[in-house]
Amino acid sequence: MSTDTTNQSSRPGEPDAQHDSIVGRGNREGSRLFRQWYEELTTAPERGEKAAYVFVMGSLAELLNSFNLNLVFPEINGLQTAVRHVSESYITQAEDYGYNSDVCGYVKADLGLQLRGGDHPMGRIPRPDIAVYTGACNTYIKWAEIWERLYGIPIFTLDVPGPRAAGRLPGRGHVDYDNDLRYVAGQIEELISVLENVTGTRFDVDRLREAMAYANTMTTAWVKILELNQSRPAVYDAVTDGTSYLGVANGFRGRPEGARYFEEVLEELEYKAATGIGTSHDQRHRLAFVGVPCYPIYRRFSEMFTERGGVFVGSTYTWFASGGWNSGYLYDLDNPLESLAEGTLITSREAMNDMFHADRLLADMVEPFGLDGVVFHGIKSCRTVSSGLADSRRAVMELADVGTLLIDSDHMDPRSVSEAQIKNRVDAFFEGLETRKLLAAAGEPEGSRR
Amino acid sequence: MTVRLLDDWEDLPLDDLLRYCRDVVEDPDYPTVKRWREAGGKVVGHFQVYFPEEIVEAAGLLPVKVQGATVEPRQGDAHFGAYLCSIVKTSLELGLSGRLELDMFVSHPICDTARNLAAVWGRNFSYPCEVLYLPQNPNSAHSVAYLRGEYDRLRRGIEEIAGRSVTDDDLRAAIAVFNENRRLLRRLYDIKRESPWLLAVDEAYVLVALGGRIPRSEHNRLLKAAIPMIEKRDAAPQDRMRLVFEGGFCEQPPLDLLTTIAQSSYVVDDDLLIGLRWLTDDVAADGDPLETLARAYHEQSSYSAVQHDLRKPKEVMLLKRIRESGAGAAVISAAKMCEPGLDELVPHMKALDEEGIPYFVNEFEENMTSFDTLQIQLETFIENVLFA
Ligand code: SF4
Ligand code: SF4
Repeated sequence: MSTDTTNQSSRPGEPDAQHDSIVGRGNREGSRLFRQWYEELTTAPERGEKAAYVFVMGSLAELLNSFNLNLVFPEINGLQTAVRHVSESYITQAEDYGYNSDVCGYVKADLGLQLRGGDHPMGRIPRPDIAVYTGACNTYIKWAEIWERLYGIPIFTLDVPGPRAAGRLPGRGHVDYDNDLRYVAGQIEELISVLENVTGTRFDVDRLREAMAYANTMTTAWVKILELNQSRPAVYDAVTDGTSYLGVANGFRGRPEGARYFEEVLEELEYKAATGIGTSHDQRHRLAFVGVPCYPIYRRFSEMFTERGGVFVGSTYTWFASGGWNSGYLYDLDNPLESLAEGTLITSREAMNDMFHADRLLADMVEPFGLDGVVFHGIKSCRTVSSGLADSRRAVMELADVGTLLIDSDHMDPRSVSEAQIKNRVDAFFEGLETRKLLAAAGEPEGSRR
Repeated sequence: MTVRLLDDWEDLPLDDLLRYCRDVVEDPDYPTVKRWREAGGKVVGHFQVYFPEEIVEAAGLLPVKVQGATVEPRQGDAHFGAYLCSIVKTSLELGLSGRLELDMFVSHPICDTARNLAAVWGRNFSYPCEVLYLPQNPNSAHSVAYLRGEYDRLRRGIEEIAGRSVTDDDLRAAIAVFNENRRLLRRLYDIKRESPWLLAVDEAYVLVALGGRIPRSEHNRLLKAAIPMIEKRDAAPQDRMRLVFEGGFCEQPPLDLLTTIAQSSYVVDDDLLIGLRWLTDDVAADGDPLETLARAYHEQSSYSAVQHDLRKPKEVMLLKRIRESGAGAAVISAAKMCEPGLDELVPHMKALDEEGIPYFVNEFEENMTSFDTLQIQLETFIENVLFA
């Protein structure tokens, strides 16, 4: 999720010393931390340390960090190969092994990586000693079964029941919530004994508490960061910058570096909001992004929007791919285990809700974020995020007066990405947005602007 | 509510009875459901794979298996992305086109598409649409208690639709009917294994599928009449290859595809509509009925690509199915664009290679209409195996 994009923010007049030290720091420091993380992974076997394979939705990072496990996020490894334009060779290696062209590109890129001994453009990824995952995406489960078969390692499905229907997220004291919570809490206890076996170390509640405290700092900042983009101009681009932040949010969750990083990003963005500094591009159309970024043409995809004055002020990716920490759930450090169970339930459920029922959440964003349009990006690989996008788009159009665009591509496989076709659709979308604005200025009724 | 949903079939000879069953199962207008509704009954549609239908029948409602259809998804298509299996589109089509009218729709966390289906359905219909969160960690000691709670949640939702309470005795009565149904379905599959010349795969299929469209008591009556006729059927064993068909747990291959396979082989076991046969033994009739149902889900159940259970590695289970049915080869298949089904093909192939069991790989779509190539390929496969 760390990208090469450096935010060249600008503002009128001479930049002062504070401006120079603060603005752009988040992206610079994010890239540095990212390199550090991959370096840690590369050298983990030399240090005799073990690795846990986890996923962005429900990573259990706080607990796994307390066992001194190195966290490997195969999704992030995958997208890094796409951003660096080498994903196809990993994917085709998995296809040669037998995996179908319609299987999720992340799964195939990871299998390609495993088949070449962990060789990755950012370093060498250690083999898993355990895999821990929720069912926030069902493909996680199928994916972990591959590692189980390849390496005979323990795999642990921490099953977190998701939302049963739109708007139905019962809370404390509700019989159904309590039932879900007992299930999650019971599994966490079982997971702890598996982790004790795998690592040969005893569970240390104080280390967990420490990791949770860092995670709380990150969550508090994350919620504020998401809200801050209500500012005009927007202080960051939720697709490019937001994705960089996500990399640290996942890779460094529950670690002091992560906590410090997010405090600094928040400081940077608050400074920008207070001084009216936006992103480096002209901001004429405020947009929300729905789905997973188009990594094979990451930079170009973003330029298609910025060149036309579009800025992504929000992105559902920053919700679900943060593992649902946009919910703002803060751990109760006096009751760490109970709170870990509750936090896991609430955040994973939130992530699922953000994917399956985003329509209402997007409609609610329109006013505070001043949205002009919503861009739905469906990807071939991912049925989790993409299956319902066409219907969700239709629902958003009924709920709110915004322009919408639905494009199809893939987040991993360049063979399924047609840059020219996307560009045509994006251009037509902006023309539509401009017409809407002209009509609005001329006082046309709202319905005619759909 | 007792209302007869099938036409008079009692005097039909076996072949005509099977044809009638096939007509009902292939009719995308769900005539049995229409009849139920005309009599004032309410209907709960449940998507693939497994659903505890007992809870719905105990409330006096009709559980209907939503398993797609061979219809053109004219309206359904527009609600979904391009790269999806067909079953979710045609299932939604049944609802949007008014062919299948429901009072509640339930999907399951079998896969990412199916969970999205519940959300899409919910945005398009005003009746309750939800996900029943069957556990994906049946290896947890807490899973049975959780599922019991989840079934209780379902019971409360069903009670609201039925406008009446569902007592434990209602549930026990429904379990007894379903236990009988399970015994009859097991008998059908015993016949397929022991004397497959008496019952072809497509014939068994329609007999099983019918259960997803009528109350189980009515299904039981029909099966009890059909089975003795099958057992006495005038058919002689032929020298055909015994096959297992794997990959029909969710989207269903078209019946003509099964007929094509039946023309050149005996399908002695399969996972077609496995959800209707998920519980492999009688469910205890005493004790807390929701708990016994939940326990049966964990302890007396089959397997599929979309149920994760560390005790049941799918390739090991496939090999077991092949051995126990005395099959000499397998057709391993997946619906097009079905992530879990496609994921499973690789370990299946590897396991079969290791065991030296010949297999035929097939990708299908419920709406496919041409089977000539399949027939030639399958015949070639069989010849190669037989004369190798
Ligand atoms: S299906 Fe989607 S959410 Fe799941 S692993 Fe693939 S890209 Fe991620
Ligand atoms: S056919 Fe496969 S992808 Fe489609 S709903 Fe069924 S299990 Fe899911």
